[in-house]
Amino acid sequence: MKDFLLVFRMDYSNMPVATPEQAQAMTKRWMDWIAGISTQGKLADRGNRLENTGKVIRPNNVITNGPFTEIKESLGGYSIIKADSYDAAMEIAKGCPVLSVGGNVEVREVSKL
Amino acid sequence: MEQQELIPHLFRTEFRKITSVLCKLFGIEHIEVAEDIASETFLTAVESWTYKGLPENPTAWLYQVAKNKANNYLLRNKLFAEKIKPQLKRSSARSEELELDMSNKNITDSQLQMLFVTCHPSIPAEAQVGLALRILCGFGIDEIATAFLTNKETINKRLFRAREKLRIEKVSIEMPDEAEIHQRLETVLTTLYLLFSEGYYSESKDSILRKDLCFEAMRLAYLLIENEPTNTPSVNALLSLFCFHASRFEARKVENGEMILYEDQDESLWNKELIEKGMYFLNMASQGKRITKYHLEAGIAYWHTQKADTSEKWENILSLYNQLLMLEYSPIAALNRTFALSKVKSKAEAIKEAEKLQLNNNHYYFTLLGELYTGIDANKARMNLEQALSLAKTKTDKQTLQRKLEKL
Amino acid sequence: MEEFMLILRHQDGSKIASPEQMQVWMKQTMDWIGSIAAQNKYVGGNGLLFNGANVVTRKKDKITVINGPFGDIKETLGGYMIVKADSIEEAIEFAKGSPVLQGEGNSVEVRQIAHRDGTR
Repeated sequence: MKDFLLVFRMDYSNMPVATPEQAQAMTKRWMDWIAGISTQGKLADRGNRLENTGKVIRPNNVITNGPFTEIKESLGGYSIIKADSYDAAMEIAKGCPVLSVGGNVEVREVSKL
Repeated sequence: MEQQELIPHLFRTEFRKITSVLCKLFGIEHIEVAEDIASETFLTAVESWTYKGLPENPTAWLYQVAKNKANNYLLRNKLFAEKIKPQLKRSSARSEELELDMSNKNITDSQLQMLFVTCHPSIPAEAQVGLALRILCGFGIDEIATAFLTNKETINKRLFRAREKLRIEKVSIEMPDEAEIHQRLETVLTTLYLLFSEGYYSESKDSILRKDLCFEAMRLAYLLIENEPTNTPSVNALLSLFCFHASRFEARKVENGEMILYEDQDESLWNKELIEKGMYFLNMASQGKRITKYHLEAGIAYWHTQKADTSEKWENILSLYNQLLMLEYSPIAALNRTFALSKVKSKAEAIKEAEKLQLNNNHYYFTLLGELYTGIDANKARMNLEQALSLAKTKTDKQTLQRKLEKL
Repeated sequence: MEEFMLILRHQDGSKIASPEQMQVWMKQTMDWIGSIAAQNKYVGGNGLLFNGANVVTRKKDKITVINGPFGDIKETLGGYMIVKADSIEEAIEFAKGSPVLQGEGNSVEVRQIAHRDGTR
């Protein structure tokens, strides 16, 4: 069993404003999805959601505001799952609710430091 | 062995066996009864052997007396007997008389099970160590008090509360099942680590007692290694760490109990056999996938058995401290990492890193800064060492610092 | 104290470093992390393998899998680390020490981690 990082990306600039009900429904979908992985014993680290502002540091101490300069879809959060193979990890990723709002999931094998 | 040496020796080796076996038989709620019977057995031995001389087989004699005392206790104490009789029936079906199974297997099993009991997560760490010393190492209350630099009363209270807790929690004397064993083993290893450190770093004047604490921790770790389900890489790593540290016992103390610092030690006094054992267990420890802090600490201790100041040595130590800190932060690891950094890079670079640590009430922090500034800025070196001296609590630390200040 | 994620990006993850380069780079990375951990500000982190990466996305209501993270997104995620810091400025100071920044075009993104209860 290997660890895979799922990176959730979405286009913040293009997100429709959600009503409280819609936001609640979305949260529930996330919870259900994560709980489903956890029940299979395949959740290594539930991960985190990231605030949608930030800074980017480049060589020679060039610091820019916001994560959105060159990347249209910015990082919204991540989780780590356990899976035997990329294919198995991808099957889990396919259920991610971010896909229903125009986002995507990057699946990457973790290399332990 | 002469009689006056034999009794303390037997006390150390047999008290814990009798206590563990009795405790296993009676159940955790009667842990004190087991301790009392074992103690009385030795009292009887002292009285009887002084008049009549040594029996042919002192160990067998002790077991027989312990068994008689246990039976007498059952007769005298009806209530106790009623309560535990159903259990006793199972173990000796034929007679009404209680049998003590003092076979090697039962002794080992009982000790292992008691090890998991004394290291139960429900009791505080210092009580775990105290209880382990009492039940598993056969230490007297006096000795435990000396080791912890406190008085008998405090230790008695601590042990009393620990036993009480075990009773309330109804901790059963058995090996945890497979699902639980790894988690429980962690607490056991933490206790053994504390037990060893208590001996290794103790301020107690009694150096023989201190060494005993360390060897007891090693013996208990070995007990775990000899038992298949608990022979895990982390236990091997822990024992390896103990062996490397213990190899320096003879080199680190002079007659008056003063500590000789690592860099001033005579390496010909380091125990080669223990270093080899350490390497053997480190090798055994490398078979698992998971790297524990014991692996990393054993690795660091291994490199310290190489006295020569090579860049390979310090780069490895730095890398191991980096990993150790990622796993678990501790101020002492942070300070040692910074020292290693000064060896790998430069004192100037290490000073920059050290100043970020801001461990402002830790005397080791100022000792480190003092050492890093030595040869760079004598004024700052002195200031830091003086600051360290004002924060140091123990006599050894103060002496060491005084000597460093004189050398400046 | 808040938690921040440092997201390490490489301009081109398909470039292959020599084993020697890798070793030097690993050592620098470990020293960088060790320095943060020595201040008790390291929470966790991982490196990511470049081989076999995939992106699951949804195009015209169909879930599709794109091979490799090197498609639409020019910069490739190489790893991440979570640190404790009093402010984003302190987190940026940590980020500045990252060996990733030795590579032209590479970057470290610093993002505050959202509280579980949504209070920030």
